[in-house]
Amino acid sequence: MGSTLAEKIMARAAGRDTVTAGEFIVADIDLAMVHDIFAASVFDMLAEVGGGKVFDPDKAVVVIDHLVPAPSAEAAAVHHRIRDHVARLGIDAFYDSGEGISHQLLPEKGHIRPGMMVVGTDSHTTTHGALAAASTGIGTSEMAYVMATGRLWFRVPETIRYELRGSLTRGVSWKDVILALAGRFGSDGAQYRSMEFGGPAVAAAGMSSRLTVSNMGLEMGAKFALFPSDAVTAAYLADRGIEDVAPLEPDGDASYEAEHEMDLSALAPQVALPHEVDNVEAVDDLTDITIQQAFLGSCTNGRIEDLRAAAAILDGRKIAAGVRLLVAPASRGVLSQAIDEGIVATLVEAGASVLPSGCGPCFGGHGGLLAPGERCIGTHNRNFIGRMGSPQAEIYLASPETVAASALAGRIADPREEAANV
Amino acid sequence: MSETGAMMQGRAWKFDHDVSTDLLSPGTYAVDPVEVRMIHTLESISPGFASDVRTGDLVIAGRNFGCGSSRETAAENLKALGVACVVAESLSRLFMRNAVAIGLPVLICAGVHEAFADGDEVAVDLAAGTITSGDGDRRLQGEPLPPEMRDILAAGGILALLDSQTAG
Ligand code: SF4
Repeated sequence: MGSTLAEKIMARAAGRDTVTAGEFIVADIDLAMVHDIFAASVFDMLAEVGGGKVFDPDKAVVVIDHLVPAPSAEAAAVHHRIRDHVARLGIDAFYDSGEGISHQLLPEKGHIRPGMMVVGTDSHTTTHGALAAASTGIGTSEMAYVMATGRLWFRVPETIRYELRGSLTRGVSWKDVILALAGRFGSDGAQYRSMEFGGPAVAAAGMSSRLTVSNMGLEMGAKFALFPSDAVTAAYLADRGIEDVAPLEPDGDASYEAEHEMDLSALAPQVALPHEVDNVEAVDDLTDITIQQAFLGSCTNGRIEDLRAAAAILDGRKIAAGVRLLVAPASRGVLSQAIDEGIVATLVEAGASVLPSGCGPCFGGHGGLLAPGERCIGTHNRNFIGRMGSPQAEIYLASPETVAASALAGRIADPREEAANV
Repeated sequence: MSETGAMMQGRAWKFDHDVSTDLLSPGTYAVDPVEVRMIHTLESISPGFASDVRTGDLVIAGRNFGCGSSRETAAENLKALGVACVVAESLSRLFMRNAVAIGLPVLICAGVHEAFADGDEVAVDLAAGTITSGDGDRRLQGEPLPPEMRDILAAGGILALLDSQTAG
């Protein structure tokens, strides 16, 4: 019997030839990421019970991304403590306020390689499955344990295979694919499972698209959301000076708990309606939902490809009166490239405000929160009650294309129509 | 702390499906100390819960309990309020890991949401994976936690385990 991607990666991390779904293993951790909401507590716990040293400072990454720039004196004080810890522990991979969102920086800066076992104190750590890394979120106590020992227990998950074929039509993106999957299989459709994506459509999907899909796999409950390591992966890593990346694929006779198919050619742009990510409708079924805010950013869709797609629709036009368009590039690298390409100018001329590279309003932290009764359409990954400010506000999730078209129209709009007007 | 095979008995507080970490540990109080955080546990769906829950009470819930973020405070708040165990149709992966890591027993048990009412007296046998009504009339078999997870619970959580390992 062959192995799934998750089984292959976990066997290596456990020092075994093979492992099978359902088994418990202790895995060596290749990379551990903490961000500013939890880093100080993790390192405090480590000092209290873990001997006060990181098992291998070169395998730790610390990112200040949630509260940037610090919106309060308390947040500033927490950041200060984190900087002290990082210096004391000898962690070189430290990304301070304004560098970007952890899930963007880890791949962008070349920290992730196929086959790695990665943990982070953030649920969307599944993002790195796009590069065939078994990558998942853990809590603070477990992270303190990992920082001390370099190991953690895991249950080898069952795998659900998603076989994707066909090509996306104009105005439809991979954000729509993952929203459609969430709508079809539900927010616990992959609970505890490893999602594994394959098929001809996947081979054609760029790394940015894969990162979007793996990021939102978590919203279906997934432990991992894995793509194979292929030519796209190798090219992405080669751009970061990482050569000789071996392909990593599931065995042909791997055993799956379920296998699902989807044809992307017929897919329309999708929107997740309040207040669940799996409450999904095609954009053409929605009429007259006015919006006050549009948000382009987050670890889901804050990459250069996303800003480009939005800018193509907004180019030379103005957003509707009464709409605030907020843009948060996922990293300083993305911002810098967007400036070079003239995208920032296009967005600002259309009426956008550019926010610092970080999480910003995505989790209701600061910088663009909603009043009672307001509606926001955003490219992020969660629309739970109260996620962006008032519990009486409504959040809709969509692709960069749909968000841009909606900002122009002042209501949720089909990007295929707006694109036709350009 | 509970031991492997621990029996727990208490009053049930029943909740529906998809109780998120935002409800269990509202983001507004995310970095406050546990004494502050616990007062706000589930306040937007059950305003009396934090003030009325007694040590040893149990939480019964539907599908996908603890969905949302990785915040461990979601489980920590329940434990600080004295909740002895969470029994749900299904648990979000991160909530389950975090609960075990901080020493809050959990049990996944199909049918539990339908079978029990708010305020019922119930007993949970963690090793056997069963939940039984106080009068013994209704008994459901859940999925017992594997020994690896019960060992962490028995130690009092993963940091207590680490403490004993580094001291040893
Ligand atoms: S951008 Fe949003 S979802 Fe992503 S890490 Fe930040 S808060 Fe979480």
